[in-house]
Amino acid sequence: MRRAWIVVWKDVLSERRSKESLNALVFFSILLLFVFQFALGPERARVEAALPGLLWLGFILSGLLAFGRTFLVERENDCWEGLVLTPGDKSAIYVGKLAGNVLLMAVVEAVLLVLFAVFFGLDFTGVLPGLSLVLALGTLGLASVGTLFGAITAQMRARELLLPVLLLPAVVPILLGSVSATQTVLLGQPLAEAAAWLKLLAAADVVYLVVGLLTFEFVLEG
Amino acid sequence: MRERAASPAFDLMVQAEHLRKTYGPTPVLDGVSLELGAGQGLTLLGPNGTGKTTLLRILATLLRPTSGSLRIAGADALKEPEAVRGAIDMVGHGSWVYEDLSAMENLRFWSIMGGHDAAQTRLHTALEEVELDTVADQRARTFSAGMKRRLALARVLLGRARLLLLDEPFTGLDRAGRKWLGEFLMSFKARGGALIVATHSFDAGVGVADRVAILAGGRIVLDRPAAELGPDDLRRLYDELAMGPETAS
Amino acid sequence: MAARVLGWLAALALVAGLVAAFGYAPREAVQGNVQRIMYLHVPAVLTAYLAFGLVFLGSLGYLLTRRPGWDRLALAAAEPGVLFTGITIASGSIWGKPTWGTWWTWDARLTSTAVLFLVYVGYLLLRGMVDEPDRRARAAAVVGILGAANIPIVHFSVKWWRALHQPATILGPESSPIATPIALALFTNWIAFTLLFAYLLAKRMQIARLEDMHAG
Repeated sequence: MRRAWIVVWKDVLSERRSKESLNALVFFSILLLFVFQFALGPERARVEAALPGLLWLGFILSGLLAFGRTFLVERENDCWEGLVLTPGDKSAIYVGKLAGNVLLMAVVEAVLLVLFAVFFGLDFTGVLPGLSLVLALGTLGLASVGTLFGAITAQMRARELLLPVLLLPAVVPILLGSVSATQTVLLGQPLAEAAAWLKLLAAADVVYLVVGLLTFEFVLEG
Repeated sequence: MRERAASPAFDLMVQAEHLRKTYGPTPVLDGVSLELGAGQGLTLLGPNGTGKTTLLRILATLLRPTSGSLRIAGADALKEPEAVRGAIDMVGHGSWVYEDLSAMENLRFWSIMGGHDAAQTRLHTALEEVELDTVADQRARTFSAGMKRRLALARVLLGRARLLLLDEPFTGLDRAGRKWLGEFLMSFKARGGALIVATHSFDAGVGVADRVAILAGGRIVLDRPAAELGPDDLRRLYDELAMGPETAS
Repeated sequence: MAARVLGWLAALALVAGLVAAFGYAPREAVQGNVQRIMYLHVPAVLTAYLAFGLVFLGSLGYLLTRRPGWDRLALAAAEPGVLFTGITIASGSIWGKPTWGTWWTWDARLTSTAVLFLVYVGYLLLRGMVDEPDRRARAAAVVGILGAANIPIVHFSVKWWRALHQPATILGPESSPIATPIALALFTNWIAFTLLFAYLLAKRMQIARLEDMHAG
């Protein structure tokens, strides 16, 4: 879809020039690392044991920030109405914004992985393919709901409060599945062991995407 | 005290009947009806805060009225807003300009979103028409309010809108700017488009109007062909109807 | 008026249910009288599912027709739904305390129900924060639809998550074949709760209609 692509193009351009979101999100990830370490104490073993959970905690917290800003550029520039009035299928906008969020999350996740590897002396190279698959499935699920709910809360005064309240319960399955699958992968076990979880993640992704695609036009009205 | 002219029975772009909009117990619009034909311009006068913007947004299908009916270009705008949105464009308080993008990039974005041809030459021609071609590649952040509005008008040029809604388009423009905008709107009408200008200052907007309407107390209290009203008549009626009987001279 | 009839029916059925639960049904061998809370817990969760099914229906109805009646249905079903979900969780927790020794052990069913509770409390919070009726209805409808679509996914994910750590705890009648008195008592209470829900739903819809008329 040409229009989905132009939305991504516009957001990437805006972001590249203003550098608002990406820098802050990356810095936020670094901070999270320190916070996790301080919260768990100096023992390396504790962090390693909690690693899958910490990773996804980091992704979700960063995701909350990122998804809340999905339509920020529209709000700041008063362009929301312009999007509402565009003729044709609004789900193209959803796809474009979703793609933008996935890109953003991918960068954040890559940074977080590198940081974890550096600060805790971990080696992800062996498990990278499997890990990437889990990250991809989980991130798609988070972003599809996050983009949809981000749009719903975009025009509200209480959006910073309402987005987590709505998003976190909705993505419980993604969290459970991603953490379990990540654990399997990080333990060096073959991917087939996590097959059930991966299927669940994929099924959840499909459901969330379909709901998002079908209902986005109703969110984007006035 | 309500005076309303009958409109000739030709191609009606806008048919609004008994539009009401309430926020809680207070009605912002209390039974607004108006009609507008293709190639016609309507100036909607009213003091600030009387619901002009609300009415404009309802006509743009950005807001749903609490009750009433609205037909745009013959289609039911409340049942199928999507069907009519392609024919509507709006230049409101926000001008739909992404500040981090250049003028050309903004036009490219909105053209593609609107499903129009976004060839470089076409975009550049539009910028020339609104006299922004010299700053085509500059970031919109550096533009003045007037320039942003001209960029919005370039966007309108590239579209296929048949109904143009403008909310206070003359504010912040100097004399040359106002003259320029007036000419732009006249040529829009000449091409068969209908337009509605909402404003609280009537020296500017009235020039393009075929009809003038005054919105006060949530209702249209005057709706007359502009030809019937001289500038003094209009001012007098405006003071009476819009500002309340106490201020009438 | 129909609401009043429902109210009386519900009251009668609830009394019958109490009698069935405490008088008619037998005392359970292992768990003792605490097990009787099942006659509260199971009907409550069934009624909650009914409620959220209606929320889904109302949400869908509004998005397709834009008629406020559907949105009122969604709202009027969500509030009792959250109530019954809360009752499910509380009764489940109380039921488990003597058996587990603690108030909460992340049992699969209870956890799924808790997530459901959070989803629909969020739904109600969202409704409370949007003033414009059309926007509120649309936003709530989308959240309601996703929430309903998510129910099976949540159920399975929590179940598998628990299976990783512990076999499922026995907190329901599925573990052994159900004796007739128990089934009858369960059934009576289920009918009673459904009638109670219907009464609450009807009443809440009445109130919502009055609120809308007053606002418009």
